[in-house]
Amino acid sequence: MKFVQNIFDQTRPLVEKDGKRNILYPLHNALETMAFVPDHTAHSGAHVRDAIDLKRTMVTVIFAMVPALLFGMWNIGRLHYGAIGLDSTLLDNFLFGALKLLPLIIVTYAAGLGVEIFFSWKRNHPVNEGFLVSGLLIPLIMPVDIPLWMVAASTIFAVLIGKEVFGGTGMNLLNPALTARAFAFFAYPTWMSGDQVWINTSGGDIVDGYSGATAMGDLATTVGQGLGNPATETVMAQFGPEGTYSLMNAFLGLIPGSIGETSALLILLGGLFLIFKGVGSWRIMLSFFVGGLVMAGIFNAFAVNEFMGLNPIHQLMLGGFMFGMVFMATDPVSAAQTETGKYIYGFLAGFFGIMIRVFNPAYPEGIMLAILFMNVMAPLIDHYVVEANIKRREKRLANA
Amino acid sequence: MSQSFKIRKGYDLKLVGAAAQTDLGAVSASTYAVSPLDFPGITPKLAVKAGAQVKAGDTLFFDKDRPEVKICSPVSGEVAEVKRGAKRKILAVVVLADSEVAYADHGALDVAKADRSEVAAHLANTGAGAFITSRPYGVAASMNEEPRDIFVNAVHSGPLAGDLAYQLAGKEAEVAAALNALGALTTGKVYVSQADDVAPLDCLSGEGVVNATFSGKHPKGLVGTQIAQIAPINKGEVVWTVNAVDLPVIGRAVLNGQYAPEYKVAVTGSKATNSGYATMLQGVNLAAFNSANINLDNTRVIAGDVLTGTQMDAEGFMAFGKSQITAIPEGNQTEFFGWVLPGFGKFSTNRAFWGWLFPNRKYDLDTNMHGEERAFVVTGEYDKFIPMDIFPQQLLRAILIGDIEKMEKLGIYEVLPEDFALAEVACTSKLPLQQIVRDGLNDLRKEMM
Repeated sequence: MKFVQNIFDQTRPLVEKDGKRNILYPLHNALETMAFVPDHTAHSGAHVRDAIDLKRTMVTVIFAMVPALLFGMWNIGRLHYGAIGLDSTLLDNFLFGALKLLPLIIVTYAAGLGVEIFFSWKRNHPVNEGFLVSGLLIPLIMPVDIPLWMVAASTIFAVLIGKEVFGGTGMNLLNPALTARAFAFFAYPTWMSGDQVWINTSGGDIVDGYSGATAMGDLATTVGQGLGNPATETVMAQFGPEGTYSLMNAFLGLIPGSIGETSALLILLGGLFLIFKGVGSWRIMLSFFVGGLVMAGIFNAFAVNEFMGLNPIHQLMLGGFMFGMVFMATDPVSAAQTETGKYIYGFLAGFFGIMIRVFNPAYPEGIMLAILFMNVMAPLIDHYVVEANIKRREKRLANA
Repeated sequence: MSQSFKIRKGYDLKLVGAAAQTDLGAVSASTYAVSPLDFPGITPKLAVKAGAQVKAGDTLFFDKDRPEVKICSPVSGEVAEVKRGAKRKILAVVVLADSEVAYADHGALDVAKADRSEVAAHLANTGAGAFITSRPYGVAASMNEEPRDIFVNAVHSGPLAGDLAYQLAGKEAEVAAALNALGALTTGKVYVSQADDVAPLDCLSGEGVVNATFSGKHPKGLVGTQIAQIAPINKGEVVWTVNAVDLPVIGRAVLNGQYAPEYKVAVTGSKATNSGYATMLQGVNLAAFNSANINLDNTRVIAGDVLTGTQMDAEGFMAFGKSQITAIPEGNQTEFFGWVLPGFGKFSTNRAFWGWLFPNRKYDLDTNMHGEERAFVVTGEYDKFIPMDIFPQQLLRAILIGDIEKMEKLGIYEVLPEDFALAEVACTSKLPLQQIVRDGLNDLRKEMM
C-alpha cells in the first residue's frame, strides 16, 4: 500500500495547479481516490457517515452486469463458429468473444473517459463515477461487428451532448448509454440493423440455412401479412418450441442480438442482485415489466398479424426489453425521481417499448426509444407527483 | 388525553459507548463561556464589556433585531474576555467564575396570578426563555411572539442519548412548574411527547398538557417528526419547542427567579474512558474534565450526539442546549480499495456492503466521510429517513437554486437541519444536507423579516 501511495505522492507535484501536466490532475485524482478511499473527515452536519459512496454504487451495477457480459462474450463465439460451420469448445467461444468485445470496451472507456477528464479539468471538479457504468453498458448494447470508430463517435456524442452540456453526472436528462446507441442507430443505420451485423462470419464459408437476422428483424417482416398468412409460416416456425427463437432459447439467450441483451435469465439475475443490494429500483423494474406485459397482452388479444399475436411473455424475452428494464430504465438520474413517479415512468416505458416495436417495424428496438422518450417525460411525471404534495399542503393551510 | 404514533421510516444508529448509570460527580472550572454560535439566527449585541462584574442570570448578549431574546451568564464573576474572530465576529464571552455563585434575583413568579405578558417577560429576563426554540427557522424564541402550540420533546432516541428519567430525577417540581408556565404562554395546546419503550414520567403528564407516545425508529426523538405527526406547521404559523431535559432550567426561573442551567450530562462514545453522567453548568470549561474522562488521542469530542452535535475543542467549553457529550475516533486515514471490498465490518444503512448481515452489531464509527462529494445521483434515498409528508430531494434542490416560493410550497416551514441528519449520514453523494437546509432557512428568514 505504502508503495502505491508513494507513486501518487511523487507524481502529484507534476499535475498540481502549477505543474507541467495539470491537465492530468483529474485522472491522477480519480486513480488515487480509486486506490485509496480519502482521509476526509466530516466537517459539517453529522459526524459519522455511511460507508457507501458513488464508487460503491457504480461498482455494484458493474458486478450485476458481469453475468450478461460473460454470456455475451461466449455467445459471440458460439454464433460465429455456428455460422461458419465449425465446431468449437467453450474456451474457443470465450476467446473469440473476448477478442471482439474487449476492443469495444476499451475504445468506449477511452473515448468517454477522455471527454470526462477534459471536462473535469476545464470545470475544475473531480471525475465522476457515472461513466464507469455507461462505459460498460455501451458495448453491451452494440452489434458485434460495428466498427470501433463508430462506437467512439457515439460515445463521445453521448458524453458530450447527452451529459456534459447539462453539467455532468447527475444533471443529464437522457441516459448516456442509450444516447450513444440512439446516435449510432440513426447515424449509421446499416451497421445497427438488418441481418449483416449481429454475427461475425469472417474467416469461413457461411453454412446453409444460415440467417444473420435477429428475432426482431424477422418478426418485422410479418407485419402487414395478416394472421395465419402462409407467407409468414417459415418465420413463425422459428418462434415455435423447436425454432431458433423459441421461448427457451430467448430466455437463456441463445439468439443473435446486441452483445449483452440476449440472455433474459442472466439479466434477471443481475436485476435481482441490484434490487437486493438496494441499488436498482424494484419499482421501475416491476412496473416496466408489467407495462410491457399489458401492452403485449393487448396486442395478443387483438392481433391482426403474427408479431402482435406473439405470446406476451415470449415478446418480453426478445430484443432489448429485459436489458432495458434492468440496466437502462433504472438509471436514477434520468428516471423519475419520486417513488410514485417511478411506477408511472416504468410502466409507460415498458408499455411504449412494446408498442413502438410492434407498430413500427422500422424501429425494432422500440425499447431504446421508449426509455429515451420517458427520460424526457420523467420530470413532467415528477412535477405532477410533487404538485399533489403541494396541493395537500395548501389544503391543510386553508383548513387551518 | 393521549395519542400514540409509530414512526416506521428512520434508522436506529447503534454505537458502542452508551452512558453507564454512574455518577461522574460535579464538574466545575474557573472559566465559563457562552458562544453566540450556539444560537442560529441571532445577531449578538453585547450587554457587558470585559472587566464587568456579572451575576448568574445577568444578560451577556442579546439579539440585535429582537432585544427581548437575552442570553445570560451561567455563573457569577468577572467578564474576562470577549473572543472575536474575523470581522470582529463575537465567538464567545468568557466569564471568570466566583468561587460561590451569586444569582441575579428576578423574583418568583406565581403563574396562576400572572397574565401572559408577565410570564413571557419573566422568562425573557431570567434567560430561561432562550431554551425555547421557535419554528420555523429553529431560532431562540422571542417571548413577544405567540405560538400556535408548544411541543415538549421527552423522547431520547438519538445515538447514545442519555436516560431522561435519570437526568430529570430530583427535579420533578421544576419540571411541573415549567410545564405550568408554558401553558400560560400559548392559547393553543402544550403537547408532551414520550417514548413508548421507557416508563412515562409522572412529572411530564401534568394537568393541561396533551400527552403523545412515540414508538418505532429514530427520528421519533426529533421534535420535527413529532410535530409532523401531531399537527404540522403551516405557512405563517409559529410553534415553540422545548426539550424536556431543559425544563428544570425554566422551572427554576419560575419557582425562585434564578437562572441555573445545570444538567446531568451523559458522557458517551467509544473514546470515553469513563462513561456516565456528570453534573455541570452549561458553558463550563471542560479541559480538565475531558482529559480525565476521555482518551483524547486523535479523538473528536462532540457536544450533543453524532447526528446533530457540534464539534468542540477538547479544551473548550460546554455548548448551550446540550445534555450529552460524545467522543469518537477521528477517521483521518485512507483505506486501500475500501469501496470494492465486501465490507463485512462496515456500517451502511443499505445492503451495498455485507455488514447488513449483522443487524444488531454495535459500531465503533469514526468521522471518515467514506468518499467524496458528488451531485445528486441516487434517488429515493432520503425519503427512507424522513417520516414527514415532504419530498426531501426536491426541497433541497429548491434551496440550492434559491427559489423561495418553491421552498415554501415544498414544506420548508416544517423542517430544521436536524430533520435531515439521518439522510445526511446515508447520503451516497456525501452532500452537506444539514448545512443546505440551514442556509435555506436563513435565506427565507431574511426574506420574511
